[in-house]
Amino acid sequence: MIETKVIELEEVVIRFSGDSGDGMQLTGALFSDTSALFGNDISTFPDYPSEIRAPQGTVAGISGFQVQFGTSKITTPGDYAHVLVAMNPAAIKANSGCMRPGGTIFYDSDSFTQKNFDKAKLKTEDPFSECNLEDYFKVAVPITTLTKEALKDLDIDNKSILRSKNMFALGLICWVFSKPLDYIEGFIKRKFAKSAAIVETNLRVLHAGWNYGLTLEHLTPRYVVHPAEIEKGIYRNINGNLATAWGLLAAAHKANLELFIGSYPITPATDILQALADRKDLGVKSFQAEDEIAGICTAIGASFAGKLAVTSTSGPGFALKSEALGLSVIAELPLVVVNVQRGGPSTGLPTKTEQSDLLQTLYGRNGECPLVVIAASTPSDCFHYAFISAKIALERMVPVVLLTDGFLGNGSEPWKIPLFSELPSITPRMAKDPESFKPYARDEKTLAREWAIPGMAGFQHLIGGLEKDVSGNVSHDPANHEKMVKIREEKVNRVVEMIPDIEVYGDQQGDLLVIGWGGTFGYVESAVREMRINGAKIGLAHFNYIQPLPGNTAEIFGRFKKLVVCELNLGQFASYLRDKVPGFVYHQYNKVQGLPFTSKELVDNFEKLLEE
Amino acid sequence: MTEILEYTIKDFKSENEVRWCPGCGDHAVLNAVQKAMASMGIKQEDFVVISGIGCSSRFPYYMSTYGFHTIHGRAAAVASGVKCANPKLCVWEITGDGDALAIGGNHFIHVVRRNIDINLILFNNKIYGLTKGQYSPTSDRGAVTKTSPQGTIENPFIPGQLVLGAGGSFFARAVDNNIKHSQEVFELAAKHEGTSVVEVLQNCVIFNDGIHAEISDPKMREERQIFLKHGEPMIFGTLKDKGLVFDKGLLKVVTIGENGITLDDILVHDVTEPNGYVHQQLIGMKLPDYPVAMGVIRAVKAPVYDQMMEKQIAEVKSKAKIKSIDELLRSGNTWVVD
Repeated sequence: MIETKVIELEEVVIRFSGDSGDGMQLTGALFSDTSALFGNDISTFPDYPSEIRAPQGTVAGISGFQVQFGTSKITTPGDYAHVLVAMNPAAIKANSGCMRPGGTIFYDSDSFTQKNFDKAKLKTEDPFSECNLEDYFKVAVPITTLTKEALKDLDIDNKSILRSKNMFALGLICWVFSKPLDYIEGFIKRKFAKSAAIVETNLRVLHAGWNYGLTLEHLTPRYVVHPAEIEKGIYRNINGNLATAWGLLAAAHKANLELFIGSYPITPATDILQALADRKDLGVKSFQAEDEIAGICTAIGASFAGKLAVTSTSGPGFALKSEALGLSVIAELPLVVVNVQRGGPSTGLPTKTEQSDLLQTLYGRNGECPLVVIAASTPSDCFHYAFISAKIALERMVPVVLLTDGFLGNGSEPWKIPLFSELPSITPRMAKDPESFKPYARDEKTLAREWAIPGMAGFQHLIGGLEKDVSGNVSHDPANHEKMVKIREEKVNRVVEMIPDIEVYGDQQGDLLVIGWGGTFGYVESAVREMRINGAKIGLAHFNYIQPLPGNTAEIFGRFKKLVVCELNLGQFASYLRDKVPGFVYHQYNKVQGLPFTSKELVDNFEKLLEE
Repeated sequence: MTEILEYTIKDFKSENEVRWCPGCGDHAVLNAVQKAMASMGIKQEDFVVISGIGCSSRFPYYMSTYGFHTIHGRAAAVASGVKCANPKLCVWEITGDGDALAIGGNHFIHVVRRNIDINLILFNNKIYGLTKGQYSPTSDRGAVTKTSPQGTIENPFIPGQLVLGAGGSFFARAVDNNIKHSQEVFELAAKHEGTSVVEVLQNCVIFNDGIHAEISDPKMREERQIFLKHGEPMIFGTLKDKGLVFDKGLLKVVTIGENGITLDDILVHDVTEPNGYVHQQLIGMKLPDYPVAMGVIRAVKAPVYDQMMEKQIAEVKSKAKIKSIDELLRSGNTWVVD
């Protein structure tokens, strides 16, 4: 008997790809959860079109889900796939550039029809040679036929049969990677608890996929990825949007306040509103507003009335909120605005990731209008930075914008669950003495004003969008205006006392300092790690606190011979640094394709910079 | 024991000098609102006055309550946030025809649709005053203003019809120069649970002087205005001899004692009728064929958004499996790494 080839790997990247109606997102998510439960570290990246059901069989309609899992720390969903699961020829074509040399492609051979070749705009009947994929290991699986076969004695319609094809692929891939099916079985039973027929259909097809793997044994390599060495604790998988929602909610509870979210649905931020709308058990008031402006304005009203108020959005929605953001700046109310960035300008690339709202966030308002800007850098640390955003807003009476992006929002990774009691304290600046209270009287050290909320006797006062003097009266006095403008700026600057110094990953001094911010962390970090293994003197300063910048920023920059700022835009953070931390030469590496970096392109670029 | 609150109008006046033009209708409305608030038995600190941008939106500065002077058009959204955050507060929105119906039109219809329990006073002077005299969305077709030198070529909104169209539960109308009546209307508006829209016909003495003069002239008040009261026949006139009846599906003015008409033939005003057919016609009545309807035209009972929001939360909480952040974070699929 021929032994099945078993390949042991440190890490594997799998990409599930099919029509946007093929259920690839669910397939990928279930496989990822299974891997995480097995003890692998994981990182995922859903990549889907903005149309709900783009034309079937076309490249534009392809929905993909990429997961990397491994034995050691995984920080990115991976550059190139070891394994591609392609449900049709368009999926092969769409992913031809995403494959690792020598990788394996499982594909539904039933989908190789003239009609599908035409839809995918393939010129020949051999997508592999047409897409330069000849040197890959290809496994033709008649998924459609085998799915039908598995269900032939059940009385179900053809549509339902075809809809369960993804379970066949999932079962097969679980076999290939030696993953048990029990978690997926449990999920199917819970999810479709109302219909025994659907449970039966999915379970049968799932097992059929696994069993098909057995028959392939000697043909197909099987992979083993051992569990990772991970810090002790309780873990769960979490995506950035859920982590953001929960971080905000945890902050509200820490501050003993109710959470109010006023938002309008927008890709890719909608999940935050949805997650919080479902948390009435923890007292969340969620308000789906008539537009983005009402989203932030209801939040501002709730903030005035004493809630931890938040609004969530993405680029175009953030633009609409600009005027109201200015109101929260001049009214000096606590507010957290989450911008899950996507490709722009205008409607741009709604489902793709980008970091191009940075300058809009920093400067995109009328008047001198500074606010605190924070950026999360991994799906799970969205929890921490959402929490900290709320803490700063409440303790410093200032609006805070939390920048995440589509990659963080939809991407997931295992997260060590913290204890509520171990989260930092939050002390809102509630007004205490009605005798001495003035709306714009300030703490000497932080310059934060006090928060007096309607219903509190003796603190009746007025705030608003017109320039005010210390007692809240309208003031057109030129000197007062300049004074207030400077105070609002200085108040934001002094938030630096609340934020940690920036830490450098890797070499603490040397030839090249890579500077990143926000959601690119995983790729930038893995590029730097790889180069250090190969002997480069290279460090990484990855920024989460954008405005104000950490106090040691200039000092850190001075320790390296060269600096390169990497970001998914044309150089917005680099411009900001040139202004705020002058005296350095900032090289740039930029990408604006709606996609994350690949570690490889970063390494190539850094090596070139080091040679110059 | 409940505290007895005895306020006077002075308790609601702020120290700020009122800076509306002399003769502006806003002064009278301010007085009427302050009188109404003083009489309501609500603690001063529980009142919140929210405004947008425009002359009337300076209103909160002249009140000693909590106040928030927000941005153009958005007062309804801010007020919605305040009321939902704390339904115990008595929230008033002060807005104008431009603020509420042009730049803030979207928020206006949606606050009315949701039926959030705020009291919205819409100062309608049919002009942009603070920007010095451009036409507004309530300016009559043909109005000659600085931005319509040849006259406007668009139809005005009728605020009450917008309220009805948005499924509103309360609409009333008052005139700035009738403080006593305005005060009564404001009190009724505040008592109504849901969004109470009060349109105040207000005179801009500088840019649109006399725009409502035909209606508001005190000497002709009884003839040109009909003061509607729930449960009472719709009669008007100095001699109380005119009334409204239905004729072929339309309202018609009749004289009691003529053509065999008696008081019994006159329609009785019912603010609680959910079908807005009669309310719609009352709102639309114009001189010279009809008197202009004043007072509460519509006040129907309907679910209130901010109350429903609290109710849903209470219901979910009473059955909740997750009661703390720790339980939330550990819900669903978790695993232990030893």
